[in-house]
Amino acid sequence: MRLRQWSRDLAMGVGFAFTGRGGWVRAVLTAVGVGLGVALLLLTTALPSALTARDQREQARTDFTFSDTTPPKTDATLLIANVGTTYRDDDIRGRELEPEGAKAPLPPGVAQFPAAGEMVVSPALKDLLTSADGALLRERLPDRIVGTIAEPGLVGSHELAFYRGGEGLASKLDGGRVARIERFGEEIPGTSEPWDPVLLLLILVVFVVLLMPVGVFVAAAVRFGGEGRDRRLAALRLVGSDRHMTRRVAAGEALAGSVLGLVFGTGFFLIGREIAGSAEVFEVSVFPSYLNPSPALAALVALAVPAAAVLVTLFALRGVVIEPLGVVRTAKQRRRRLWWRLLLPLAGLAMLAPMIGQGGDGGDFNQYLVVGGVMLLLIGVTALLPWIVEAVVARLGAGSVSWQLAVRRLQLSSGTAARTVNGIAVAVAGAIALQMLFAGVEDDFTVESDQDVSRIQMQVSVPEGMPLTEAAEEFRRTEGVRRVYAYSEGYLGERRSDPELSTMVTVGDCASLREVAKLPSCRDGDVFAVSGAEYDTDTDTMAKPGRTVYFDPTYEDSPKGAETAWTLPAVKRAKAALDMTGGERGGLLVTPKALPAAALESLTGQVYLRLDESVPDVRDLVRNTAAAVDPFAEPMLWVSSQRSDRYESIRTGLLVGATCVLALIGASLLVSQLEQLRERRKLLSALVAFGTRRRTLSLSVLWQTAIPIVLGLTLASVVGLTLGAVLLKMTATPVSIDWASVLAMTGIGAGVVLLVTLLSLPPLLRLMRPEGLRTE
Amino acid sequence: MTAPYGSLLVAEGLRKTYGPTTALDGAEFSIHPGEVVAVMGPSGSGKSTLLHCLAGIVTPDEGSIRYDGREMATMSDAERSALRRSEFGFVFQFGQLVPELTCVENVALPLRLNGTSRKAAERTALSWMERLEVDGIGKKRPGEVSGGQGQRVAVARALATGPRVLFADEPTGALDSLNGERVMELLTDAARSTNAAVVLVTHEARVAAYSDREIVVRDGKSRDMERVV
Amino acid sequence: MSIGHTLLGLLESGPRHGYDLKRAFDEKFGQDRPLHYGQVYSTMSRLLKHGLVEVDGIEPGGGPERKRYAITDAGITDVERWLATPEKPEPYLQSTLYTKVVLALLTRRDAAEILDTQRSEHLRMMRILTDRKRKGDLADQLICDHALFHLEADLRWLELTAARLDKLAEAVAK
Repeated sequence: MRLRQWSRDLAMGVGFAFTGRGGWVRAVLTAVGVGLGVALLLLTTALPSALTARDQREQARTDFTFSDTTPPKTDATLLIANVGTTYRDDDIRGRELEPEGAKAPLPPGVAQFPAAGEMVVSPALKDLLTSADGALLRERLPDRIVGTIAEPGLVGSHELAFYRGGEGLASKLDGGRVARIERFGEEIPGTSEPWDPVLLLLILVVFVVLLMPVGVFVAAAVRFGGEGRDRRLAALRLVGSDRHMTRRVAAGEALAGSVLGLVFGTGFFLIGREIAGSAEVFEVSVFPSYLNPSPALAALVALAVPAAAVLVTLFALRGVVIEPLGVVRTAKQRRRRLWWRLLLPLAGLAMLAPMIGQGGDGGDFNQYLVVGGVMLLLIGVTALLPWIVEAVVARLGAGSVSWQLAVRRLQLSSGTAARTVNGIAVAVAGAIALQMLFAGVEDDFTVESDQDVSRIQMQVSVPEGMPLTEAAEEFRRTEGVRRVYAYSEGYLGERRSDPELSTMVTVGDCASLREVAKLPSCRDGDVFAVSGAEYDTDTDTMAKPGRTVYFDPTYEDSPKGAETAWTLPAVKRAKAALDMTGGERGGLLVTPKALPAAALESLTGQVYLRLDESVPDVRDLVRNTAAAVDPFAEPMLWVSSQRSDRYESIRTGLLVGATCVLALIGASLLVSQLEQLRERRKLLSALVAFGTRRRTLSLSVLWQTAIPIVLGLTLASVVGLTLGAVLLKMTATPVSIDWASVLAMTGIGAGVVLLVTLLSLPPLLRLMRPEGLRTE
Repeated sequence: MTAPYGSLLVAEGLRKTYGPTTALDGAEFSIHPGEVVAVMGPSGSGKSTLLHCLAGIVTPDEGSIRYDGREMATMSDAERSALRRSEFGFVFQFGQLVPELTCVENVALPLRLNGTSRKAAERTALSWMERLEVDGIGKKRPGEVSGGQGQRVAVARALATGPRVLFADEPTGALDSLNGERVMELLTDAARSTNAAVVLVTHEARVAAYSDREIVVRDGKSRDMERVV
Repeated sequence: MSIGHTLLGLLESGPRHGYDLKRAFDEKFGQDRPLHYGQVYSTMSRLLKHGLVEVDGIEPGGGPERKRYAITDAGITDVERWLATPEKPEPYLQSTLYTKVVLALLTRRDAAEILDTQRSEHLRMMRILTDRKRKGDLADQLICDHALFHLEADLRWLELTAARLDKLAEAVAK
């Protein structure tokens, strides 16, 4: 009997959700809001499995042995060379394959070995090569395309990769760029690096920071159309339903919206998954099949979201007494109290405080305390904001008409205003804290390079045995190359094998050598010693005339070196100077005539290039030249600093996530804004009738959003900076405030508000038309 | 029809359609300073549309409206808004008081829109509220006062700028007859004392009886009863 | 209106002369139609005959207005009974206006025209009453309101009829 009554009430609520004027619209809006949240949640639950899937694929195609010995040639071995390259800003994974027998292992996703002069490519690379955009790359990779790499051989739908056939790789076998392997997917010993506790902290905080606003947003979404619902419930009371019945009906309505939201969310997720498969975010793409939420987590989402929706609705009704003749808000009478609101962030701080300083000596953080503390601090924002808005707005006074209209409106309903801004405030607070943490720990994860980028932009290593002057000439002829510095470089030891001393040798003509050191005088045949340069300790000991030294000495556990002996002639002293790489070059500087002919084999050519960066695609022109000179030449781009890849991906994740969350919240702001405006259409028309300027009303709408937003962003900045400072302290990093990022984040938040106001202006202007006055 | 000499607001041949419905179909109107003219007629006859056209809130599809010798059809929206702010006053049936402003702020609103300072505007507002016997509720919000008081506040607001034409659309529609008549008395007294013209849209004969003459709108056409008889 | 009962009621507060009675009546109830002395005389003599009043004294001079009347106990009982008896509501079933409208329709004249003219006439009267109400005291207001409500009722009927003229025309034509 009781159950029947309950289900009848709930069903009635479900019915209400979809009937009445605008009922469908409201239900769909709620569902879209909840759906977007659900989709984001599902995506979050799917991320771990997606990353695992990527890792497995990557592991399956590992092609380099990590043992020190090269296996012997059999009919089941494969020679493989890393011929990866870079086109514009995209890295291209490339391998040259030469099977040594019929049983040679095929790489995953490849059906048949390409012959020399042929290659198989990933679909994305095929598209690139056949497009006009890829013309320059096609020059570098001219081989005939005989097939594509299937999905198992790729880690992402947009990955650029190729395998091409090779010849004569055995002669280049060195265990480095060229290797002999017996199978793909060899276990990589000890590669599962343990996560750095600071990185782990970052990831935890990113997840909390992204999911909190989504939670706030879902809570706001189920309250769309709350006032209309209250009126409906009052009508129900009039015809005789009791307090509990109305509550159940309200729960039914919320349930309907959130269940529809789950359906929408699943739809959004599936669509998003397909889009994710066809899109590439910051050079990372995935296959749709990677994004499988784990069933347990998905079930949790399916249960938690409707439950949360019902709870939020009942919570919102707590302060409302629905009488037969209308709605009485009891909550409004009572002033908001501060103490318990302050308690939340303080409790958060208290949870984080004990961990201060742990990150420095590598101690692990307590994950639960981190998550709990960050969550409490951020929830503190949502708890404090209504109080602050109420307190501040009550004290705002005189001003223009638009200001007065806005302030008075806010005084009447500061709660609604605070609720709409809550999401953005939480998102911004979290983002500021994270930005600060990133900026603070950036030093730890960034390898500062002292390469002088203003002098040299690219460097190409020309493998041993290649005539350097010819190569240099090739580069000089390349369009966009301003200056070419070419040296042969290598190391000398004092013994044939296992030397204890070593010094660097740089070979070049007098003009070239003057670029790297201050020479007293120079003629071809001279040898100079430069000591005192950074990291140089042995030059003084070794650079004695008549002493015999050895090029390419043999080291233990390595293939035998050339061990070319050289008796030093007279050695002149030269002073170190900053060379074009921005460092001091020590060791011996040798003019070509002074060098024994046999030593040339043991030296690597290094070509340093100064480029005219205004020439389009100049880097790829150089790479093309390098590939033409020698397929194994390694063109390297000089950059001023390099970030840890992992750090980069977290930062990327944060950016993408924050953008999505803010867009989501912006949408909800817009919806509630429009709903409010629609409720006031008659008043707006009356105001226009007695001559109110459109500008005045538009401005008042702007103030009405801007005041709570300014308060919200201020609070967000304070909490964000506090959280950031605490997190930095936890990682034992000096606290410094990155004002630029604070400004950027609050700026983005403010931008969202401005955008919402702008988007709500056309409907506002439409509502202000006199047609709103028509009652007949 | 030619307007009688000395008319403040004259409309001729007004035509207005909303989609398929014709609201006005050749309506005419004229009013002198200090005159109270009732616009009567059944629901949906076009009374309100006529008022909206006369007040420059709605532009008619056809016809001319001259206020003080100036053709309103050729005015820009900004000019008509300015006219409504400074020369016209408005009283509606409901939905006109801004719920979040106090009563005195509501009355002061049109003055402030005209650029009067807040203090001066609220002083004037209070004196008008006194005249309409609602000076005791200045600090209250519209939601906290009775319907009759609210309507008096609305009349005070309409009169506060010293308008030359007062437009009242069913000003007593939401009131009981005692309150309604008091509001009408105060409204017409105040209008007469400032020589303002009053365009009074109503379907109630007892409200219309506060006018000097009436015109009847039926099917979008107007009949000036004074001239017919 | 029963003038006899009204005069009796006026006497309840104390004996009055005939001219006093007339003045009091005119003041309170007779703004539209002042009593004639003849009417006062005939009414008072009828009341005398029924023993509802008695003559309390006579001033020198002639005519009933010189007599001072006082109410008797029977008179007081009579007033009481009159006040306690509800007035029979007017059925208003005979209406000249209705007749005119139907006739206009039967003779294919413009019935709307008749209604409009009538409304105008009603409003003219209502304006006069409203004006008097505004200038008068509470008694004036009550009396005028009474009249105004009746006129308003007529007007409402007019509007309703105007809205249903087409249907009426159909019915009449049958």
